[in-house]
Amino acid sequence: MDGFHDLGGFQGFGRVPHTINSLGYKPVFKEDWEHLAYSLMFVGVDQLKKFSVDEVRHAVERIDVRQHVGTRYYERYVIATATLLVETGVLTQDELDRALGSHFRLANQSHSVGRAAPVGPMRFEVGDRVVVRDEYVSGHIRAPGYVRGKAGVVLHRTTESWPFPDAIGHGDTGAAHQPTYHVEFRVRDLWGDAADDGYVVADLFEGYLDRAPETRA
Amino acid sequence: MSANHSAETASTPGERAWALFRVMKEKNLIPDGYIEGLTELMSTTWDPANGARIVARAWADPGFRELLLKDGTAACAQFGYTGPQGEYIVALEDTPTLKNVIVCSLCSCTNWPVLGLPPEWYKGFEYRARLVREGRTVLRELGTDLPNDVVVKVWDTTAESRYLVLPVRPVGTEHMTEEQLRTLVTKDVLIGVALPRAS
Repeated sequence: MDGFHDLGGFQGFGRVPHTINSLGYKPVFKEDWEHLAYSLMFVGVDQLKKFSVDEVRHAVERIDVRQHVGTRYYERYVIATATLLVETGVLTQDELDRALGSHFRLANQSHSVGRAAPVGPMRFEVGDRVVVRDEYVSGHIRAPGYVRGKAGVVLHRTTESWPFPDAIGHGDTGAAHQPTYHVEFRVRDLWGDAADDGYVVADLFEGYLDRAPETRA
Repeated sequence: MSANHSAETASTPGERAWALFRVMKEKNLIPDGYIEGLTELMSTTWDPANGARIVARAWADPGFRELLLKDGTAACAQFGYTGPQGEYIVALEDTPTLKNVIVCSLCSCTNWPVLGLPPEWYKGFEYRARLVREGRTVLRELGTDLPNDVVVKVWDTTAESRYLVLPVRPVGTEHMTEEQLRTLVTKDVLIGVALPRAS
């Protein structure tokens, strides 16, 4: 989903509001409600088993852009959890509105039903040159837009496999499992000279990748 | 839209969080002690002091360093530092000419058991948007001005791998004990935006 959440490379932001080692990081939760964001989310994921963490990520992505920009981090996870509990029939919008005493605004509906993992994905080895498939996905996907169509080098293939996000992010509990690859990109290949030189490594599911043409046997 | 907007501003984020809590509570969806237990893990157990222990051990013990770089999950499991958002751990080795830095441009993914929950600035739009593209500049603004011969490598946490940075052991720490070494490894050092300092 080419949404606002896909922020890598987005220009126009100011300085990161931090100076190194300036924070004690305690208490972890600054306000009395912040601990609820993750704990209510995990009630839905682990206890009720109504949705996956992937679906929570996608529900955050579905928060209307104008609302998204103005929300705080933990607030978005409260909205996402409430949205998924309503969508899975555990709660109703009316119950939330009554408990709040005003309208509880949820995320927008999904514009996609998701997609299955590509069939017959290729296995890649460390050192292989790969290219991120030049494809557009309206639903959840864990490839940031800035690597789409770009070539990079495999640094690592995971020894474990996980459900394909584009499927489980839409509630497909039968999603095929795939390993992921740490793929290293030259920053100049992503944004030309309008960037600092260096490298970016993205952790990409096998189904997002193809062998780069120049290494094809 | 305007109707929605005015309704939104009628409540605060905290009021909405507690409203969701009350609805779930009234329906008996929340097991007794569940929120308290998870909150204890998030606010106390998962702490950057855990990562500092890992790094100090790796600096002091070449065998452990080798394990950490080969199988980060097994190395962290020796200390009991695995769990949610820390199930597949990869340590990133800095060298005198390479600086690794971690981000999650799409949300906030972090190695919770080893680094603790991510701080606000790490989850902020500025860091998520800018680090991947202008890593050297962002580091300088944060207070880490790297020499030009040091390459910046940004790791975007986009799947299930969860990272920690293994920084170069600073000169002048040869006689320090593992316990003393731990004090050099801050949360920002584990994220990769800061370098450990001997003094």
